[in-house]
Amino acid sequence: MASFGSFLEVLIGGLLSGVLYSLVALGFVLIYKASGVFNFAQGAMVLVAGLALVRSLDWMAAKGMPNWAAIMLGLLFAGAVMALCAWFIERYLIGPLLNQDGLTLFMSTIGAAFILEGLGQMVFGSDVYPLKLYPTDAWFVLDSIFPGGILVNKLDVWGGLVAGVLVGGLAAFFTYTRTGRALRAVADDHAAAQSVGIPISWIWFVVWLVAGLVALVAATVWGTKLGVQFSIVFLALKALPVLIIGGFTSIPGAIIGGLIVGAGEKLAEVYLGPFVGGGIEYWFAYVVALAVLMVRPQGLFGERIIERI
Amino acid sequence: MLYRETGQFKTTYQSDMQIFPIRQDRIAMYALLAFAFIGVPLLSVFKIGWFGHDYIFKAILTPFLILSLAAIGLNILTGYCGQISLGAGAFMAIGAYFGFKFATGFGPLMGLPVVLSILLGGFSAALIGILFGIPSLRIKGLYLAVATLAAQFFFDWVFLRVKWFTNYEPSGSVASPRLDILGYTVQSPVDRYLMALTFVTVFAFLAKNLVRGNLGRQWMAIRDMDIAAEIMGIRPFYAKLSAFAVSSFFCGVAGALWAFVHLGSWEPLAFDINRSNDLLFMIIIGGLGSILGSFLGAAFILILPIMLNVVPLKLGLPMTTETITHLQFIIFGGLICYLLIKEPHGFAKLWSLAKEKLRLWPFPY
Repeated sequence: MASFGSFLEVLIGGLLSGVLYSLVALGFVLIYKASGVFNFAQGAMVLVAGLALVRSLDWMAAKGMPNWAAIMLGLLFAGAVMALCAWFIERYLIGPLLNQDGLTLFMSTIGAAFILEGLGQMVFGSDVYPLKLYPTDAWFVLDSIFPGGILVNKLDVWGGLVAGVLVGGLAAFFTYTRTGRALRAVADDHAAAQSVGIPISWIWFVVWLVAGLVALVAATVWGTKLGVQFSIVFLALKALPVLIIGGFTSIPGAIIGGLIVGAGEKLAEVYLGPFVGGGIEYWFAYVVALAVLMVRPQGLFGERIIERI
Repeated sequence: MLYRETGQFKTTYQSDMQIFPIRQDRIAMYALLAFAFIGVPLLSVFKIGWFGHDYIFKAILTPFLILSLAAIGLNILTGYCGQISLGAGAFMAIGAYFGFKFATGFGPLMGLPVVLSILLGGFSAALIGILFGIPSLRIKGLYLAVATLAAQFFFDWVFLRVKWFTNYEPSGSVASPRLDILGYTVQSPVDRYLMALTFVTVFAFLAKNLVRGNLGRQWMAIRDMDIAAEIMGIRPFYAKLSAFAVSSFFCGVAGALWAFVHLGSWEPLAFDINRSNDLLFMIIIGGLGSILGSFLGAAFILILPIMLNVVPLKLGLPMTTETITHLQFIIFGGLICYLLIKEPHGFAKLWSLAKEKLRLWPFPY
């Protein structure tokens, strides 16, 4: 039973860390759905959001503000920074590149990622900044069933809760608000949406803003886990296999893809890693993604790709 | 006035089909090759101008040539066949490490000559490229791009963890074998430059001819619309996998050259995801589907960071190294965005526009 307990421990840890990948993948899906842009800058947006938040928190703490007010103001400030980013990207990058092919747009977001990384670190500094928004201590559950219980990190649980709330909120936003409906219309067909009077550049601004806010949420969780630092950018790369497993166009897909990747890579590392030399966490997700693509080219939940001549 | 094809009559099919149909282009090409093969070494022997320093060979010319070769490889796959790849760096690494294994020998195999090892490294990359090209038969576009990332991360790991590839070197970094070619040892920066130049010239002409021929036209048909191409009788299986094979071969050879000729000793980090990204930048900024564009893009991406390093120093701006790094990020990203917006077809398009203008100059009416 002990080995089953440790299996469960690895599984739960993996699932919960997978939720954190989903947080980053969500931002990708939002933008891809609405504008067909494969946004490589999502990782950089997480970094900028995190830096803005943590630096403003530090600044306000130094001024002697009460904690709750500082956090509120810090989140507001970081949100405003993301809005500024969204406006710039829409106005000066995606707008002028309208109707270019996907590859050009993809490259332009790599360019945007460079700018955001450089600018963010120049303005806010480039050290490792610790962020403490969630409890990070370990937590033992189910000790009545398994000897010693199962070790779960509280932060991961919080991350799961936050992701759940976020997905619920996004679903409500897409389903019940005017802007959300317009957003879905734009995602369906740009030209048709524009011709019925939907202001397309405003919608795209909203999409990038929402993606920026998702990045901010991801930054609070990842920042608490790793500290806000440059290597957060590479999270974006971890979110890619999550995306292709779940499908580029599906929000539930991003969550489930994240769970599969998180659990899969942790289990593989523990049970398979010792036989091949360890460190397979690094590529395991990609190989799983490759295998999924061979069977279902559009991912598990992606829309069917129909091609005509 | 000078650049005009008036009076150049083509009387044979051969002259109609040659690579550079305009005489001025041919002359310019011969002049360029002569300058690169004879002029540059002479300038360096007599230490004239910039070419007197080793720096220009070590840090600019040799890497430029080798990266151009890799960019041509990626351009064959992405620019001509339309299959986006984010894993070009991995295929460079495969070329480098397999080339190294062939050069140092393994199992019953004795160490092979360097040139042969480099080519065999390329062939190994081609074989693995075919393997990783198989998903392209089912998936395309950005999905495929992510699938090629699998190759990148997998081989990063393989060359880091599987000690066989590094001959059980404890440090994990390997040193290139001595570059003996027919009894002559390539050692000085100028020698290395010439070796890279020879490879790149041969392979660039090979690529130029490939993309003009039957295979190249199949690739382009697949790129423009794969379903239509299939209906017209082009086998996507053959066309796509051949593009993957040729592209990986070029990247593999470039990787082996990069390791042997440019770096000398290297670690897997030399071929990480950043290398792949750089190569993608090169072909997009240079021009997708253009051999010339690969060279222009490689020059731009290589020289831009050097310029960004040198210019603030020359201007005497007091800046910390940190600020300079961040500024480099910003300028690099900004320039890429600007170029993509202003000229989405890359430098190669600018070049052909300039040529069109030049044909009519000075009376454009």
